[in-house]
Amino acid sequence: MLPSKRLCHIGSMAAPAIDGWFTVDNDIVHLIGTRCADCRTVYFPPLTGFCRNPHCSGEDLAPDRLSRRGTVWSYTNACYPPPAPFVAAEPYTPVTLAAVELAEEGIVVLGQVKDLTVDDLHVGMELELTAGPLADGPLVWMWGRP
Amino acid sequence: MSVVIAGTGMHPWGKWGRPFVEYGVAAARAALREAGLEWTDVQFAVGADTIRNGYPGFIAGATFAQALGWTGARIASCYAACASGAQAIDIARTRILAGLCDVALVVGADSTPKGFFRPVGGDRPDDPDWLRFRLLGAANPAYFALYARRRMALYGDTSQDFAAVKVKNALAGSLNEAARYRKTVTAEEVLASPMVAAPLRLMDICATSDGGAAVVLVSEEYARRRALSTAVRLAAVSTVTPSFPNTVLELPCFATDSTAAVPPPERAFRASIAHAAYEEAGLGPADLSFAEVYDLSTALELDWVEDVGLAPPGEAAKLLRAGDTALGGRIPVNPSGGLASFGEAIPAQAIAQVCELTRQLRGTAGARQVVNARAGLAANQGLFGHGSAIIAIT
Repeated sequence: MLPSKRLCHIGSMAAPAIDGWFTVDNDIVHLIGTRCADCRTVYFPPLTGFCRNPHCSGEDLAPDRLSRRGTVWSYTNACYPPPAPFVAAEPYTPVTLAAVELAEEGIVVLGQVKDLTVDDLHVGMELELTAGPLADGPLVWMWGRP
Repeated sequence: MSVVIAGTGMHPWGKWGRPFVEYGVAAARAALREAGLEWTDVQFAVGADTIRNGYPGFIAGATFAQALGWTGARIASCYAACASGAQAIDIARTRILAGLCDVALVVGADSTPKGFFRPVGGDRPDDPDWLRFRLLGAANPAYFALYARRRMALYGDTSQDFAAVKVKNALAGSLNEAARYRKTVTAEEVLASPMVAAPLRLMDICATSDGGAAVVLVSEEYARRRALSTAVRLAAVSTVTPSFPNTVLELPCFATDSTAAVPPPERAFRASIAHAAYEEAGLGPADLSFAEVYDLSTALELDWVEDVGLAPPGEAAKLLRAGDTALGGRIPVNPSGGLASFGEAIPAQAIAQVCELTRQLRGTAGARQVVNARAGLAANQGLFGHGSAIIAIT
């Protein structure tokens, strides 16, 4: 099956840089967390085995797609190429990072920001999950303009 | 019964490029000299580990004991990231309080590579500290910058405020012979330094340094018997961990804990670290004469000022602007010059904070002496949930 044009845009032909943390499904990107069947606490990165709520003895942590939109808790950038194992693009342009608060899950998730610089961002603005390639090819989740 | 800080010693911070053991031994010998004791008097030695210097760094207690000369003394080694030194002190004082020894030596030293801290080598996709670099390029300053930007958005702090922290700490550091950076700086110089992780510039962020620090702890009874100084005592050592759910995005994490099922705790992690120390000491922020806090960035010092209770949330910059936290101010913060003047030598840093507490409380801090210092707090946080707060009193 040939990928659609938009799928190519996301870069779904590339392998994910990490297995099981996000999915790209019909061009829609979701973070994959887990949710405790007993206390309903959400975990990202996906946690398996044992719930970390000290009042919960749950061991059934099932994968769960997280909300795709959230608000910026804070943001920054890396003006200098980050050290290995990060692979910096050449020439290097600053990587933008945003920590985004997902209201329903009560969680803040850090990610690279796609196609926006720190000048485009402010605390409280809404961003939506997307994905993009690392400089050496594999795909990672990213926050982007809704 | 209380535990006495009988002696302190430091090897100057810098980028000396020598083995960490040399710095640790120099600091240990200085601390023993100041205490008026010999290495052969030490019954228990604790080393705060360094993870960037191979096996000798993982077993720092044994490494320092061997370098000082095997005496059969019992040892321990511990690692708690930036809080390693506080945990080492906690282990030593607990052993004294338990009556298992009278004299303990605590040593931490590091030799650091140039540039950003990077994860320990090898391909380790199960290690979040490796993955945050691989997937996000999130070096340590990125996290400091997230907190700094949040302050600007929530409280209206400015880059000028952050620069003022550096100016204040550089002035104090210029008076400290153990500091790496001894030059005063101007706000203009800070604001003209290159942006590293917006809104933080190079001079807002602490460097990585070589250095070594040591303290000699003794039981009060032993100090009297040997006629040692009992001027400075440990009133509290807090090594608390966070309470679930931790709602601050911490180094090296990808996300916070979720509040979906359990509401946030009464106190966020950093505030809980100091709170536990106050509870143990039976003191409060108003009782402090000064504080040493972990200024990994200029903005983070302002967070700490609030977290240790010296100002309500959002009002640390007000204290700074009024000169309250400067040397000679109402409640000096980082009279040592802080990380801004030292750079971070991870396993030595919490011990170095206690060296400063001791010197201030003994009245031997020279030109940076806090007048009539009676109680000091040192606060710090190690990644992966390690709290560290120590209160010393005279």
